[in-house]
Amino acid sequence: MTQNKTPLVEMRNVSISFGGIHAVDGASVDLFPGEVVALLGHNGAGKSTLIKILSGAYRRDSGEILINGEAADINNPRDAKKYGIETIYQTLAVADNVDAAANLYLGRELRTPWGTLDDVAMEAKAREVMGRLNPNFQRFKEPVKALSGGQRQSVAIARAILFDARILIMDEPTAALGPQETAQVGELITQLKREGIGIFLISHDIHDVFDLADRVFVMKNGRVVGHARTEDVTKDEVLGMIILGKVPPGATAGPGAMQMA
Amino acid sequence: MTDQTIPVAIKPASGARAAPGNPLKRFFQATEIDTRLLGMVVAMLLIWLGFHVLSDGLFLTSRNLWNLSVQAASVSVMATGMVLVIVTRNIDLSVGSILGFVGMIMAVTQTKFLPVWLGYDHPLTWILALSIGIALGAAIGAFQGAIIAFLNVPSFIVTLGGLLVWRGAAWMVTSGATVAPMDTKFRLMGGGADGSIGATASWIVGVIACVFIVLSILHSRKQRKRFGFPLKPIWAEFFVGIASCGIVLGAVKVLNSYYMPVNLARRYAEEHGIAWPENGLDIPLGIAIPVLIALSIAIGMNFLTNRTRFGRYVFAIGGNPEAAELAGIKTRWVTVRLFALMGALCAIAAAISTARLNAATNAQGTLDELYTIAAAVIGGTSLAGGVGTIAGAVLGALVMQSLNSGMVLLGMDAPLQSIVIGMVLVLAVWLDTIYRARAR
Repeated sequence: MTQNKTPLVEMRNVSISFGGIHAVDGASVDLFPGEVVALLGHNGAGKSTLIKILSGAYRRDSGEILINGEAADINNPRDAKKYGIETIYQTLAVADNVDAAANLYLGRELRTPWGTLDDVAMEAKAREVMGRLNPNFQRFKEPVKALSGGQRQSVAIARAILFDARILIMDEPTAALGPQETAQVGELITQLKREGIGIFLISHDIHDVFDLADRVFVMKNGRVVGHARTEDVTKDEVLGMIILGKVPPGATAGPGAMQMA
Repeated sequence: MTDQTIPVAIKPASGARAAPGNPLKRFFQATEIDTRLLGMVVAMLLIWLGFHVLSDGLFLTSRNLWNLSVQAASVSVMATGMVLVIVTRNIDLSVGSILGFVGMIMAVTQTKFLPVWLGYDHPLTWILALSIGIALGAAIGAFQGAIIAFLNVPSFIVTLGGLLVWRGAAWMVTSGATVAPMDTKFRLMGGGADGSIGATASWIVGVIACVFIVLSILHSRKQRKRFGFPLKPIWAEFFVGIASCGIVLGAVKVLNSYYMPVNLARRYAEEHGIAWPENGLDIPLGIAIPVLIALSIAIGMNFLTNRTRFGRYVFAIGGNPEAAELAGIKTRWVTVRLFALMGALCAIAAAISTARLNAATNAQGTLDELYTIAAAVIGGTSLAGGVGTIAGAVLGALVMQSLNSGMVLLGMDAPLQSIVIGMVLVLAVWLDTIYRARAR
């Protein structure tokens, strides 16, 4: 159904190497509005590196990035934000020693007419967004260091929503969370989908993301093994793609697929 | 985005106001007093009392406290910048040497260069010399900051190099010769009989400070109302307001009850055409100009830290440099600007200390980097980064100076003094570690 539209994001033949090692080698992925795409692969398969190119943390050596069908020039995190790309990192990238509101607005603070920080307005907005996301969250005055993993994750997600992200990248979104918090993030993703936001989920654990994703892309040794709609393949088949690079019948093979004799 | 009202805010946020617990805990929660800072104040008062008893009542005199305030000014100015440097997980070991070099340049500017064009004691001399000093200090700081930020050399190394370089440069300005005396207006920045603002002006400053305290309490209340946040109880607002104003006016009272020594008072009376009575004249000195400078800097730096983007970024970088970078903060530029600020503060400290000495020597500010860092650390700045307050640093500078002058009053030998200060530094940080561990 979505396949006829222009993809929200399209990365074509993207490559990057560090000191002669091809971390990502000619990878192509795409993402449509309101779609959740899981990017799977072992540690070191290149999925995080690929996505960091999209979020501006790394600069690609070659290849193209298209946003809404137009070539995008992304050289740093600020560029990526201009295109509505927001990233929630594996390492829970929040500034530990400032409070939730400060984190939500970090880099884009609200200011009073005198150019000073408008903390009260930021806190009010933070309370509103967090209230929608995680109604139990009450600890607005404390540095986020004092919060639990799930609470920190919701701060990171609130930060992305606050800036009307159109493309959300979540690196191991539930890795640091307990079962209840994981379910919460799942609900949140469903809600974001309904709002037409495209989401990349990155994980090395297929169980984390299989049920949430509409499609999966599997990477191995820096290349895309293949991609498939989750309804066309089983978890075991995807595991085969991850481990062996073996492409099942329901999937489309990529350049990294195991060469069959 | 949705424009609905905020249901969350109507509930007692974080349960702070309605929290259970013993009365003392409730008291601190309601007034939102920083217990850590209060602990430091209490510790300092204990030190003062201890010295007072040991010195047979010499310490807690208006004269000693007045001197204390003047002596702490220079290090306090630098400590406010050092807090932010340490918060970003950097260090600046070169502040003492920058002070020495910039002080030397300012001295040469006002004694050798400016008189050629302006003549001696021109009213513009002091401001020109000071501006050149601040610009030079900022340039030195920015240069060091650029090496740290863009060439990725650790700040410890860059500023350790700076410590040697600028100390050597200070010597080379005049081949080691001391420059004196300073311009008469410039000298006012060092305090002394002329460099104090007198009783009336001191009271005016005190009253203005009180007005600001009240206004800021009212403003904060208004802001909380505007967004429907829970308000502090009225009694807590009154308590904080009255206590703050009391402290301000009390300090002014103490500084105003130190009178000019007889000779100075006689000269002052002659200059101002006041008849000299038989039993002498009590002319209060009031707040010294260097203290006024240090307080203004502390207020300005506090504002910068808490109310501007720059301050917010400094703390965000200190907490998680990667997150700050990913949030789109230009972390390198923040580092350069921060070190430039530190350099400018060194220049102001240099002005205070050369003016106070009425001379610039090539050894001026030696070991000041250690006093400055110690002041910041005693004031609760964490060397791991991300944590520190301006008020803490100023208190830290006061504690260091209290120890120094207290031991001088007791007639302790210099080597023993440094042993005590060294031990106090370690003890203070240890106690702070315990406090932080328990606060978790």
